[in-house]
Amino acid sequence: MATPATVHAHAAPQGFIRKYIFSLDHKVIGIQYFFLALTAVFVGMFLSLLMRIHMIWPTAVLPLVGEIKPETYLSLLTMHGTIMVFFVLTTAPQGGFGNYVLPIQIGAPDMAFPVLNMLSFWTTFVGFVVIIAAFFVTGGAPLHGWTGYPPLSALQSAGPGEGLGADLWITSIAIFCIASLMGALNFITTTLDLRAKGMTMMRMPLTVWSWFITAILGLLAFGVLLSAGILLLLDRNFGTSFYVPLVVVNGQIMGHKGGSPLLWQHLFWFFGHPEVYIAILPGMGVTSQILSTFSRKPIFGYKAMVYAMLSIGFFGFMVWGHHMFMSGMSPYSAFAFSILTMCIGVPSAIKTFNWLGTMWKGRIRFQTPMLYAIGFVSLFVSGGLSGPFLAQPVLDIPLHDTYFVVGHFHLIMGVAAIFGIFAATYYWFPKMFGRMMNETWGRIHFFITLAGTYAIFMPMHYLGLAGQTRRYSQFTEVAYQAKLIPLQTFITYAAIITISSQFIFVINLFWSMFKGPKASDNPWESTTLEWTTSTPPPHDNFGGVTPVVHNGPYEYGVPGAKKDYLMQTDPPVDGGHEKG
Amino acid sequence: MGLALLILIWLITLVSTYFFVAKTWWLPAGAAAAAQWIDGQFALTFILMGIVFLAAQLGLGYIVWKYKETPSSPPVSYSHGNTKLEIIWTTLTAILFIGLNLMGSTVWASQRFAPAEAGAVQVEVTGMQFAWYFRYPGPDGKYGATSPKLMDPSAGGEAAVGLNTSDPAAKDDVVTGTMYLPVNREVDLSLRAVDVIHSFFVPSFRFKQDTVPGLNIHMHIKPTVIGDYEIACAELCGLGHYKMHGMVHVVSQEDFDKWLAAREAEKQ
Repeated sequence: MATPATVHAHAAPQGFIRKYIFSLDHKVIGIQYFFLALTAVFVGMFLSLLMRIHMIWPTAVLPLVGEIKPETYLSLLTMHGTIMVFFVLTTAPQGGFGNYVLPIQIGAPDMAFPVLNMLSFWTTFVGFVVIIAAFFVTGGAPLHGWTGYPPLSALQSAGPGEGLGADLWITSIAIFCIASLMGALNFITTTLDLRAKGMTMMRMPLTVWSWFITAILGLLAFGVLLSAGILLLLDRNFGTSFYVPLVVVNGQIMGHKGGSPLLWQHLFWFFGHPEVYIAILPGMGVTSQILSTFSRKPIFGYKAMVYAMLSIGFFGFMVWGHHMFMSGMSPYSAFAFSILTMCIGVPSAIKTFNWLGTMWKGRIRFQTPMLYAIGFVSLFVSGGLSGPFLAQPVLDIPLHDTYFVVGHFHLIMGVAAIFGIFAATYYWFPKMFGRMMNETWGRIHFFITLAGTYAIFMPMHYLGLAGQTRRYSQFTEVAYQAKLIPLQTFITYAAIITISSQFIFVINLFWSMFKGPKASDNPWESTTLEWTTSTPPPHDNFGGVTPVVHNGPYEYGVPGAKKDYLMQTDPPVDGGHEKG
Repeated sequence: MGLALLILIWLITLVSTYFFVAKTWWLPAGAAAAAQWIDGQFALTFILMGIVFLAAQLGLGYIVWKYKETPSSPPVSYSHGNTKLEIIWTTLTAILFIGLNLMGSTVWASQRFAPAEAGAVQVEVTGMQFAWYFRYPGPDGKYGATSPKLMDPSAGGEAAVGLNTSDPAAKDDVVTGTMYLPVNREVDLSLRAVDVIHSFFVPSFRFKQDTVPGLNIHMHIKPTVIGDYEIACAELCGLGHYKMHGMVHVVSQEDFDKWLAAREAEKQ
């Protein structure tokens, strides 16, 4: 078994390249992941801005971009979805914050496999370069959507962008899968083997639980997507027919026979649904951590929170068919997938109850991380409650592939997850960069972003009810949809304002990195191990000392304690207990 | 800060709820037999989820305002939770979600588990980039053979779906770009696609089904109101996806017979 002493054989590096570029230090790698995701999120957001502009002003000639054609619009939505799901929602919460914080929170000097860790970051980076390259090749980026349903995604002649652009797209995803598999192995091993003395599983912060469960999901899901992607590449380039039956495109018979388009959907969503939880679970973890810290109260129902996350992970693998109610899949299996999907709503509801229970009778401090955690709960509720509509096959008939779905998943796995990332950024920034972010600008950023988010995504539910189909570049061809253009215009204005306000965050981030007031070791008066070490932590995290854990992770307001909180390393107090 | 949050969260919640309740943007009026059942399940789900939405969001706003830290705040209650409460709300949520689901499933079963009634009107729907074609088998009640080799989308009509005109059963097949259906008759739809996946979506009928290359999917609907209804493609099918639009005309049995006879006459 790897022990903390053997893993951290690597000494603190000296040269610039080994220290900041090809670093083995989980903290540097975490920050690298964070900046990769930050770059990706701005690319993804810029693409969505172009989409929103094109829908309302289709003939507008934009600086740099020119006029957007309907097929360009489809490329934009494909790349927006792919970049956001993989390189932002998977990369930032897990690769970024998970990498930086998990080893410190369990009292380890580094990840279990530092070289593998470095490799998984640089593999992710290559994946990002490959997907960006798809914009610049002949034919441009693919237009088949982030879900890439064949035959559209499997036939080079099915549309512009389905040539080299589509090959680069699927190659990038395959590379990303390999990187995520390496990362998942590392997270699981580290959590199981490198915990400090006294850090039992049931004393782990909920953030650690969330990264651990996310890693297990990743290990099981990305392997399937990798295989599915390789089969798609074979269908596209080597004449196989895994996904393509005999089809006729534009009067031309394609050279395929006997494949099943539904096979891809099964494989894709077997990955795709757990992926939703890969994006949101770390957000749940950080929200629990922050709500407890800033309410100055123990988390309500620690064990229930752990079991809820475990059951979300477990059920998450049995519900993929709810994406396929209209696909031609057997209506009997729809019945089973639907019941299982409703089951997954139960642990999600438990989490919400427990978050409210945590704040109840607390002493709430409204620093920016807390605002974002509260925003997360609100968005999680709103995005979650449209789930039971879509989970019922009969209601999915009118709603499937409409803006109702777009509103639903953006609220729950898009912006709720992003709010988790914001909360984590404002919360751990002092530890990562040694300085505080500006509170006033943080609050302004929060209020504009929360209001803006709802202004963008809530009306999408109304559009979906009225039958507005997804992935339409223009709404003028269908009479009932043309009537909905005013609401679409409102969403575009809301998007322009909300996207612009994100520069407040970026400026605050970079300004504070260099000019913010110096942070103390424990500015939020938190209890977990990362706040026991210096700010920023030394190369081996604890300066040669191995922490010993005596308390649970959320001991706030303990009767009989000197302060209103007990660090995990503090000696236990009589009044404190760890019962769940 | 607590008050500002309360105002923002409550405002978002109430404004969002208003537009749902006022039905400013809503499903179009139902025009098929399934619509009333689906809409009933919809209404029930809306009421239940609406109550949970209001309770959770208004509660969230209230809690953050009520328990903000002030110099006079009482010490927090040092509690790690309450197992009895956890069990109660877990059970209630499970009953709510699963019960709701079971109620809706009878509608699903009646729609999808049984085939069309005997004597239903036969229509074959074919999706291709970027048009819908509708085929009626004619007086013989049999669809003629089609062949991929004969498909010529640029010619439209029979040639587009690759109808083999040398097949005797194909002689009376009618292929059109617009769908006509008689009112209050069960329709046995046979859904196909020739190139990529499309999705046949008629919001007024509460009907949607993907058309998948290699599959021939049978579904049944019964239009109940005479009128014109729009078809929109609901599955991304390429650059012309947004204009893959069609029309269904629901007419009386008499008008339907006349229309079909006129198409047959054109063929001769």
